[in-house]
Amino acid sequence: MTTKVSVSGSLRNRLVIILTGGAAFLAVILYVAVRLLAAQVAQQGQDNILNASMSSVLDTAVLRDGRVALDFPYSALSMLTTDADDRVYYAIYEEENLLSGYQWLVSPSADASDGTRFESMAFEGDQLRVATGARTLIGPNGPRRVFVSIAQTQDALSETLNASTRNVALLGVGFFLMSSAVAIWAASTTSGQMRKLATSVTRRGPQDLSPVSKPVPTEMAPLVGSLNTFMSRLDQTLTRSEDFIAEAAHRIRTPLATVRSHAEATLQRVDREENRKSLQAMVRAIDESSRAAGQLLDHAMVTFRAENLERNEVDLAALLDELVIRMTPAAEMNDITLTTELDRPAVLQGDAILLQNAFRNLIDNALKYAPNETEIIVKVTSAPSFVVSISDEGPGFEDDEVETLSGRFVRGKNMVNKVGSGLGLTIVQEVAAAHGAKLTLTNKPEGGACVTLSF
Amino acid sequence: MKYLLVEDNLELAQAVASRIRLDGHTVDHAAKIADATAFVDTGDYDLILLDIMLPDGDGRNFLKQHRARKNLTPVIVLTARSQVSDRISLLDLGADDYLTKPFDHAELQARCRAVLRRNAGSAQSVATFGDVEFDAVSGLLHVSGRAINLRNRELRLLELLIASKGQVFSKQKLVDRLFSYDDDVSENAIEVYIGRLRKHLEGSKVRIVTLRGLGYRLEHDN
Repeated sequence: MTTKVSVSGSLRNRLVIILTGGAAFLAVILYVAVRLLAAQVAQQGQDNILNASMSSVLDTAVLRDGRVALDFPYSALSMLTTDADDRVYYAIYEEENLLSGYQWLVSPSADASDGTRFESMAFEGDQLRVATGARTLIGPNGPRRVFVSIAQTQDALSETLNASTRNVALLGVGFFLMSSAVAIWAASTTSGQMRKLATSVTRRGPQDLSPVSKPVPTEMAPLVGSLNTFMSRLDQTLTRSEDFIAEAAHRIRTPLATVRSHAEATLQRVDREENRKSLQAMVRAIDESSRAAGQLLDHAMVTFRAENLERNEVDLAALLDELVIRMTPAAEMNDITLTTELDRPAVLQGDAILLQNAFRNLIDNALKYAPNETEIIVKVTSAPSFVVSISDEGPGFEDDEVETLSGRFVRGKNMVNKVGSGLGLTIVQEVAAAHGAKLTLTNKPEGGACVTLSF
Repeated sequence: MKYLLVEDNLELAQAVASRIRLDGHTVDHAAKIADATAFVDTGDYDLILLDIMLPDGDGRNFLKQHRARKNLTPVIVLTARSQVSDRISLLDLGADDYLTKPFDHAELQARCRAVLRRNAGSAQSVATFGDVEFDAVSGLLHVSGRAINLRNRELRLLELLIASKGQVFSKQKLVDRLFSYDDDVSENAIEVYIGRLRKHLEGSKVRIVTLRGLGYRLEHDN
């Protein structure tokens, strides 16, 4: 019995989404932070070299004859050589007058600080980094300020940055992938605990209502606790209703048995035909009602078990052997011989109780309709597939009944005077369906019914 | 044969017991497990008929004790429940057979016979009439050194006639005893079985006499 459960999302998916989402967010932050840091460090490096270059030029500035003179050292440019062949620009000012270099590079600012100033600017589509320093020379005509600016394009820098960006991106993706894997693993193991509990509950037989005793994680303890309480309540209810049914059956069937036994005993003493007829009718009615009650209970049991089919190894041959032994006394009453032709062993997966009930119904039917002193053959063949057939030498089925007979409460037309509920073949049909078997009703060419169950 | 009937419903017990006596057997009746245990300890029974729901306990417990004490007397359980699983557990507990209430007396007899046959040797089932010996359990009739295997209805007919020696049985009564109530049998069917029995009894001193308008009676010449 699998009922539909309303499902809203999956815990596992939710966990995976949250964890991978978090990992993605962290990866982006990591990427941005490392990139910024790398850019900063690279810039610092360039600035240091520019500063050194600029200082070495500035250091050579002297006052000669009241005029500023500079000796541009070769090393000031060579230290700026890069793999990317970055271009270098410079400008040297004395106060506001350009002494040498590119005028556009910088305008000597009025600020008198001696520190180095760094700035970025664009020139002809290139990014330039400019380091500007100033120095005051004291001469006979008063102090003169000298400004030196060295600029360098940033090709090498951006190449380095691009390379490190690629690495950082790889790192971020790697981090994301690994975190996602960990997230999926964590979610799976967490939900795996629940799945384990679910399978251990699902795998139980329909009769097993014992509490779950396997250790479970703390978070699941309340759920398992309520499950156990619920199952023990169900168990109690089932036991109580089973006891009730047993008690009710006992209370009803015992008086019925008394009436039947008395009627039977009285029949031995009574001679008048009308009295005998009514006593016989009484016995028949009792048989009818008790059989119907039995079949109804059996039918309920079969329906329940068929829905919760327990599959165990069942040897059809052994099961039929046992059944035939049990039913032989009933057969002997009419001098009917129960003959078995069994391929043994004939082991299949199924519910022994259900199969036994189905076969008992079939043999019961055969016993009811077979004439005295005839033979009923119970046969099992195991190759190519399992086939159980029960055939008698009775009147057989009417051709137009073969389709309808397995319907609920449907009884055959030639069954006047036979006690029956019309549930027998319904039970067989349900058991067959539960085991994926096919029930076939046929008449043998030489006469007699043959009922076949093909598994 | 000697039966022990364990059944708490007095009405039913009386009806069953009187019916068993009608077949010529002895029956003791116990209404409680305690009584049943006492009976089993003191008497030597061929068969126990056991109800499951008893005032002082579950008949299944009696069954368990009975088997635990290695008592081999066969037990047929009379149960009010008909669920298959219940029947299976009864057989697991050591019952030899079961019968669902209400039951056909003829079927009870048939099951008793089958159980006794399976536990061969324990029952005193041989009846002697004239120079004929008859074993109701195995269904063997010994006539002047010949052993004849009787069919079930022949066997029951002979059992009936021997159990109430000298009594006259009408065809009607014989039909009631030999056929179930949902068989639509004419009384002439009895003649077939009487005819067969007569054939089996040929050569012995035992005869089945027809009393016109009354029925049949078993007699033997001295």
